[in-house]
Order: sequence, then C-alpha cells, then structure tokens
Amino acid sequence: MANDPIHQFHITKLIPIEIGGLDLSFTNSSLFMVATVATAGAFLYLTTASRGLVPSRMQSISEMSYEFVANMLRDAAGTQGMRFFPLVFSLFMFVLVANLLGMFPYFFTVTSHIIVTFALAMLVMGTVVAYGFWKHGLKFLGLFVPHGVPGVLVPLVVAIEVISFLSRPISLSVRLFANMLAGHITLKVFAGFVVSLASFGAVGVAGAVLPLIMTVALTGLEFLVAFLQAYVFAVLTCMYLNDALHPSH
Amino acid sequence: MFVAPAFAAEESETNASGTHTETGVAHDAGGGAFPPFDSSTYASQLLWLAITFGLFYLFLKKVVLPRISGILEVRSDRIAQDLDQAARMKEEADAAVAAYEQELADAKSRANTIGQEARDSAKAKADEERRQAEEALGEKLSEAEARIASIKDAAMSDVGKIAEDTASAIVRQLVGSDADKTALTVAVKAARG
Repeated sequence: MANDPIHQFHITKLIPIEIGGLDLSFTNSSLFMVATVATAGAFLYLTTASRGLVPSRMQSISEMSYEFVANMLRDAAGTQGMRFFPLVFSLFMFVLVANLLGMFPYFFTVTSHIIVTFALAMLVMGTVVAYGFWKHGLKFLGLFVPHGVPGVLVPLVVAIEVISFLSRPISLSVRLFANMLAGHITLKVFAGFVVSLASFGAVGVAGAVLPLIMTVALTGLEFLVAFLQAYVFAVLTCMYLNDALHPSH
Repeated sequence: MFVAPAFAAEESETNASGTHTETGVAHDAGGGAFPPFDSSTYASQLLWLAITFGLFYLFLKKVVLPRISGILEVRSDRIAQDLDQAARMKEEADAAVAAYEQELADAKSRANTIGQEARDSAKAKADEERRQAEEALGEKLSEAEARIASIKDAAMSDVGKIAEDTASAIVRQLVGSDADKTALTVAVKAARG
C-alpha cells in the first residue's frame, strides 16, 4: 500500500446509499467535494464579513480572486459576458480549491477523476450551446461557418469547426484530470523511492536524498500546476462563453 | 487518499499476502478498473458534484458575489468622492490665493495713489508759495523801479533847470548881461537832445 501510486485515487464508500439500483453512496470523493465547497465558501464568506473599506489581507485575497476572474471574463467575452460571472467564478474557485486541497497528504483530489472534470466541462459546453441557441437561434450555427472562406472550402472548414467544437469538452476535462492525476502519481512515486531506498540501510538513506529533493521540488511544481490548471479551465470557459455571446467570427 | 476502515483492513491483508504491485489492480475493491475509469463510481460522483457545486454556485451568486461587488463599489465610490472633495478643496484654496493676491495688488495701488496725491499736493503747495514769493518780489521790484524812474525824472528835470541857471550865469559872466531866457531854454533842450 505504501508504494502504490494509484491507491490515492480509490473511491471508498463512507455512507452507502443505493437508490433504484444506482450506487449513490457518500464516498471520500463526496466528502472532499463538500470540503472543497465548504472551504471556498467559508473563506469567501468570512473574509468579506467585515466589509472593510480598507481590506484586511484575507479580504484582499477574496477581492483579488473576484477581480482576477472578472477581468479574465471581461477581456475574453466583453461586458456582456459578465452575466456568466457567477458560473466562471464558481468553476474557478471550485477547481482551484479542489486542486489545492488535494495537495495535502492523505487528502483525496476531487479533480483527479475524469467524470468530475468531464461533468464540469459539459456544464460549460451545455451553457454555451443552450445560451447560444436561446440568444441567437439558428444563427448560433454561424459559429461553424467563418466569414471570408471560399465556397469550395466551406464544407471542409465546417467539418473542422464542428470537430474542434466537439473536442472542446474532452480537451477541457482531460487536461485538468490528466494534470492532476499525473502530478499526484509522480509525487507518490518519488516519495515512494525515498522510503524504499531508506530501507536499504546507510547507503540507501544517502541515496534517498535525491528523490527527497525531487519530491520537494515536485511539490512546489504541483502547487503551480494546481493554480495553473484552475486558471486554464476558467480562461477556456471564458473563451467558449464568448462564442455563445458572439457566434459570428 | 482517504482510507476508510474497511478498506484499510483489506489493504493490510493484501500487503500481508505479499501481492503488492505498482499497478494497484490487486487492491481494487470495486472491480479491477483503474479508479478514474471505474464507471461504478460515476453515478455517486455526479450526484454529489451536482449537489455540492450547485449549492456552491447558489451561495456565491446570492451571497458572496453581491457582497464583494458591493465592497468594491463602495470603495470606488468613496475614492471618487474623496478625489472630488480634494479637487473642490484645491479650487477653494486657489480662489483664496487669487483673492489674497487681488487684495494685495489693490492695497499696493491704493498706497501708490495716496503717495502720489501727497507728492502732488506738496508740490502744488510749494509751487504756489514760490509763485506768491516771486509775485511779491516782482511787485517790490517794479515799485523800486518806478521810484528810481521818478527820482531819475525829477533829477533829469532838475538838470534842465540847473543847466539853464548855469548857462544864464555863464552868459552873464561872459556877456555881462542877462541872456534871453527863452533862447536859453531852447538851447538847453537842444543840447540835451
């Protein structure tokens, strides 16, 4: 168990629930979803409780994340895009806090499961498609027909555009999932080397220093990746939402 | 890597039997698949994601985001208001400076006027006094000249008489008889020119 890099991704039932043959148990994954939401929600709620005109440090963090996401969305989708701000902000905070919580030893990483990231990606694409058709009707399909393309090439370009549109939720979800999964496996493997080598006596302990340094460096890298992937997820969400707002290229 | 008691028990059993592998397949409680691809857990994950993320979304949308945007708005309003007030105060200060300078300029010009007036009146007075003095002197001069002229006239008229007397006396001495008075007077007059 100590050296098994996959073990950390196992889902275990904490409170078994089964409805209509479906296994809807409250699992460790569910627990960490609750923890993620509770941490992020409580942080944002409590740090802004004093509504300081001059913000405290913690209030600054909440305000900075607010303005960070707001600027991101405004740059990508314009002021009309601000109607989606709660969605983008929720996604960003959820992914960021889930990633960061996963960095604690023995904690489960919610975003290391493809079904979770895929569900979030489908939420984005569903919003894009639903809002696009609701707002623009069939003109939304103009998204697939760029202006200024010679008539002969239109079928080819449309095919490419459709494929690229359909691959968006896959790339969006796999990027986040694969980054978290691979990062955690790498960390675990290198940390495992430390323990394995140390069990070979004095020489092993000396040799274990190298993977230990590697583990420390990787931990730093993983914190970066945790933030970066949340940022990438939010930025791409903003860009896709821009398509729903302005379907003509 | 949250470890439930039941699972931990099973894990230790597996370790004890020495079938430890790096793939983790041997430990899989739920059917041997790589955990993220184990579809038996999907329903539960989706349900709990929907519940937690949905509540999170609603909480942020209804409570947190309006609050933060309120804080930011109040702050930017306050900053704008403070800047306005600063601009207004600066204007007031500028106006006060302008008023002060205006007053200073007025006072200066008034002082100049007063000085000028004083100088002018002093000069006028001096001029007047000099004029009066000159007039008085002129009067005295002309009086003196008149007196000199009268004295001279008197003297001159006496000169004719003396000349006549002297001439008649001389004529008497030379001729031994009185000369014609009228001829003498004519002669003296002719001699005086």
